[in-house]
Amino acid sequence: MFTYTIRRLVLAIPVLLLISLIIFALLKFAPGDPMAQVPMTVPPEVKAKMRAALGADQPLIVQYLLWLKQFFIIEPLHILGTMTGYDLVGNAQRVISWQTRSPVADIIAQRMPQTLTVVGMSYVVGVLIALPIGIVSAYKQYSWFDQIGTFVSMIGFSVPTFFTGVMLILIFSVYLGWFPSIYDTTLVVDSWPHFWLQVRQMVMPVAVLALYNAAQISRFMRASMLDNLQQDYVRTARAKGMTEQVVVLKHVLRNSLIPVVTVIALGVPQIFGGAIITEQVFKVNGLGALLINAIYADDLPMVQTLTFIFAILIVIFNLIADVLYGILDPRIRYD
Amino acid sequence: MPDGALPVLDVKGLKVVFKTRGGEVHAVNSVSFDLKPGELLGVVGESGSGKSVTMMSLIGLLPSPPADVREGQVLFDGQDLLTCTPDTLRSIRGARIGFIFQDPMTSLNPVFNVGFQIMEPLRKHMKLSKAKAADRAVELLELVGIPDARRRLDDYPHQFSGGMRQRVMIAIALACDPQVLIADEPTTALDVTIQAQILELVRDLRRKLGMAIVWITHDLGVIAGIADRVMVMYGGQVVEQSPVKDLFRNPQHPYTRALLKTVPGVLGERPEKLNVIEGQPPILMAAPSACAFRDRCAFAMPRCAKENPARVQVGAGHDVACFWDPATNGPRNA
Repeated sequence: MFTYTIRRLVLAIPVLLLISLIIFALLKFAPGDPMAQVPMTVPPEVKAKMRAALGADQPLIVQYLLWLKQFFIIEPLHILGTMTGYDLVGNAQRVISWQTRSPVADIIAQRMPQTLTVVGMSYVVGVLIALPIGIVSAYKQYSWFDQIGTFVSMIGFSVPTFFTGVMLILIFSVYLGWFPSIYDTTLVVDSWPHFWLQVRQMVMPVAVLALYNAAQISRFMRASMLDNLQQDYVRTARAKGMTEQVVVLKHVLRNSLIPVVTVIALGVPQIFGGAIITEQVFKVNGLGALLINAIYADDLPMVQTLTFIFAILIVIFNLIADVLYGILDPRIRYD
Repeated sequence: MPDGALPVLDVKGLKVVFKTRGGEVHAVNSVSFDLKPGELLGVVGESGSGKSVTMMSLIGLLPSPPADVREGQVLFDGQDLLTCTPDTLRSIRGARIGFIFQDPMTSLNPVFNVGFQIMEPLRKHMKLSKAKAADRAVELLELVGIPDARRRLDDYPHQFSGGMRQRVMIAIALACDPQVLIADEPTTALDVTIQAQILELVRDLRRKLGMAIVWITHDLGVIAGIADRVMVMYGGQVVEQSPVKDLFRNPQHPYTRALLKTVPGVLGERPEKLNVIEGQPPILMAAPSACAFRDRCAFAMPRCAKENPARVQVGAGHDVACFWDPATNGPRNA
């Protein structure tokens, strides 16, 4: 397993380089100009100088290699430096956002916590409610519980989050006034009332996303449980005199979790990608909102960096899913 | 085999119905039989004759719904298994009644090692500590002829061959020294040499441990080799029941006779065509009010369509459910 992981990590390097090249090329050849938002009154030669100052007039290969160097060497060193307190990079050029003129990594670091608390929490909540629902639905197939679960899953899966989000705002903010409709990013949790405020403002965005995640994962869990409940080994476990609890929660669940864990692991990168639409609806100032704004403003370094981080996460979590698969299923051995 | 001993398992008038969308399917109809201590009872019949369903319903292994055990009594050690609490039933399953299934490739849980799966009933029913259960598991694996047993406890089912897995299944079934072992076509999924080894193993274990065995199969050759008594099933009913030698020497029911004819001989010239019983076994959508075999029977009489024959005694321990008498080739006087 260890050598397998190492081999996969080494193989990931060319894959990521290729992805970085594709992202870079796509963004470069897409129409758009970083100076588009600069007022028309600014003369073209000034704009040209501004472009030169951003490095946008360099040959493509130079821009690409420079970005690679900044992304893979300077930024990691900078992060390391901030953590240890040593200045490792000096005045080396970091990846700078064209829109805000500040380092991309710093902006991402500011936005990350919001996304992780709201989207991350919704994923955790979604998984935690999806697993029991999936298990019970499968065990009591076609019972009223299963029917309701199926119905709610259908809704959660097919109704878009911008609709459920707005519905919740309408009901719970406008009519009932229970929760704020706008997520206040500046809120600092330093006392119980503030904590309570934080909980209240998280409820709706988390609920919207959790419903969506739970709908998906509970369906996977149910299908996987149903597959396994039919298996001969379940009959063997019953014939051994095991209680239903042991049969279902030990024998069947362990087998059923194998594909579900993979699905859950593969879904984690999406947390970092933020939930673009939900973040927009509830005005959560997270990574999703950051990416959308950067795209509108032709802020290539920002878009490039965010997209590439997502790519890295996807590659890593694919590997994690494969390793988990190997750990959970003794029939799969990679070495 | 001690004659006249009290039966360890006594089944009376068992009736099982499956509820399907098309209506109720009467899978087992008034089946009665008993099993004496140490006896090996063979149960034969073609697919769908109700042999597995009968045996699984005894210890509540049929999924319900769709299965519904309607009537009957299953007395095991003086206790009715059909009316006792689920907890009592669980304490008997796997402890005093062991079960082996047809397909060893899928009957073991792929994600737990073999040691765990053998130790599970030991720890539950006999309350053994982990170390004691492991020792007993090693003993059991050695008993069923798996070499290097202690090391193999940590192996997973996929690391065993089909025959070895069936040996593991047998070890699990025998873990708590059961009085009754129910083997549901345990050799059907195995190739012939492995089949012979498993048969030899069961014969040997029976000599050593002395439990009673119900052996379900559709292979008459296997039955001839190991059974003391045979029960022939058709359409969810017992149509003939007899000591094994009697059955092969003097079969009474037309179905049994036809079954015996379908077995191709090993010696002599090969027949042009295999003997078959034409037609399909019935799917009973109602409780049988006539003989279920009459459509495929060469000796059917008008009476067969009006009345379901009851089992009548025709010899020592030999009974048959048929109106036709092979001795006279006419109606039976009874």
